[in-house]
Amino acid sequence: MSDFLTVFFLLTGSGLILIGAIGAVRMPDLILRMHATTKAGALGVGLMTVATAVYFLDIGVTVRALSILAFVVLTAPIAAHVIGRAAYFTGAPLWERTLKDELGQNLDRRGHYLRSGLEEQDRLPNRDRPAE
Amino acid sequence: MIEWAVVATLLILALALVLTTARLFIGPSLADRVVALELIALIAVGIMLAYAIQVDRPAFMDVALVLALTAFMAAVGFARLLERGGSSDE
Repeated sequence: MSDFLTVFFLLTGSGLILIGAIGAVRMPDLILRMHATTKAGALGVGLMTVATAVYFLDIGVTVRALSILAFVVLTAPIAAHVIGRAAYFTGAPLWERTLKDELGQNLDRRGHYLRSGLEEQDRLPNRDRPAE
Repeated sequence: MIEWAVVATLLILALALVLTTARLFIGPSLADRVVALELIALIAVGIMLAYAIQVDRPAFMDVALVLALTAFMAAVGFARLLERGGSSDE
């Protein structure tokens, strides 16, 4: 049973990592590539840590496996968010068939400032404004 | 059964490493290369874990843990470089 679980988790995890690598090569766009690599890679490594924990069946190994799992699962989205944000600010090209780019009009790339699109209403004279 | 599965896992990870290295070389912008490097670090962590099972030594999991830690630091540092300075064309 333990052997079967180890084999299952190892093959599933490495297969997911392979899918992420194929996505990294085949996807047309930086954002889509990150969509493929981040989630599939983090889940694949997580499954492989579970495989090692099941194989060794030792408390020290299990703690190490859980710490690797927690670290990868916690930091992969943060790293992807930071890289994606930096790439969008520096003007990474989007796929030409992208349907919606909601940040496109309202983002001031130089000042790192995101407008809400409602500034004209805020400037109406009758509007109650908080005391400065 | 486990021996064959570990060998198959290492082969699959090697194929994934080749594909990701291709993206590392052809990636048009620096951000693409950073994404490829991040995935390479994840694949290296997976290789360490599979190798720990193959040689039956759990000490290799420490290597995997340290590699995961430093890869995150590298990603954040590269993102800061992208956003605050440097050119994005290379």
